[in-house]
Amino acid sequence: MADSLDVAALEAWVREFARSVAEHKDELTALDSAIGDADHGANMDRGMSAAVAALEAAPPADPAALLKQVGMTLVSKVGGASGPLYGTFFLRMAGVLGPDPADDETFARALRAGLDGVVARGKAAPGDKTMLDALAPACDALDAALAEGQPLGAALAAAAAAATEGRDATVPLVARKGRASYLGERSAGHQDPGATSTALLLDAAVTVLSGSAG
Amino acid sequence: MSRVGLVVVSHSRPLAEAAVTLARQMLPSAEVTVEVAAGTDDGGLGTDAVAVSAAITAADSGDGVVVLMDLGSAVMSAETALELVDDDVRERVVLSSAPLVEGLVGAVVVAAGGADRDRVAAEALRGLAPKQAHLD
Repeated sequence: MADSLDVAALEAWVREFARSVAEHKDELTALDSAIGDADHGANMDRGMSAAVAALEAAPPADPAALLKQVGMTLVSKVGGASGPLYGTFFLRMAGVLGPDPADDETFARALRAGLDGVVARGKAAPGDKTMLDALAPACDALDAALAEGQPLGAALAAAAAAATEGRDATVPLVARKGRASYLGERSAGHQDPGATSTALLLDAAVTVLSGSAG
Repeated sequence: MSRVGLVVVSHSRPLAEAAVTLARQMLPSAEVTVEVAAGTDDGGLGTDAVAVSAAITAADSGDGVVVLMDLGSAVMSAETALELVDDDVRERVVLSSAPLVEGLVGAVVVAAGGADRDRVAAEALRGLAPKQAHLD
């Protein structure tokens, strides 16, 4: 399994997500200013920049240590609700990944454990206009594609497409969780910022992990 | 007599500190441990689960801790912090759904009187009662 998902591949994923969040920082904040407290882009950028800085200060030895360090950094540094949510996501992933490089199936299980962590932390359900509306369909699409025997690159592409579709589907929804829920019906007609950053997370996986066949 | 510790979790450090000042005004000479975990480390608005876990550990003298919080990420950071503290500390912590200001005032008063953790938590939860009795 020379090409499996090792610490270097997962670190590249984290770095690509950080780069993408920085690139889309203003867009995320603009979305959040419409229905939230206008800090999602700045908060995610602060958190992911701190995660990358922590990687450089103390390079983690294995996949579990890497994602645990990212998760701990996010729960501390993000500031807003996306801190405990994304932080728990990475901490739960770390709990599934061991010290050894992961194969495709283990990565998919880790991603689903991350999803379960987001559900437990945020107590949101599908359709509540949250990051879950991108993450849940992504996990389902990844599992389905791997079950059909598709290679990791194609399976991740399917997951990212499902996340993007889920993100777009948040536009007409009325928010039932988070700061946006205070707006009630006025939250409809706006794309959810959390679902938007989650789609970036899946796009980052396609960009850097597609060649890492497990 | 119990020594229950209190923790205030808020997006805003000035908000948290003012709430503590207001609550302590009731009993200026009382020795009650109230730890604050509020704001981001660059002075902005936000919560930090690692800081909350440190505040819980600092507030715990073995008789339990009641955590009061404002909204949104403060709630989720407090829940995340529970996963970060030692197992024996975690068992002694109550995360209270009480309103932050009113709950803290009530909790400080009974904690100063030596009430146990469940009594302090119950007092925090009935923090809105005087205002409701007055207005409703």
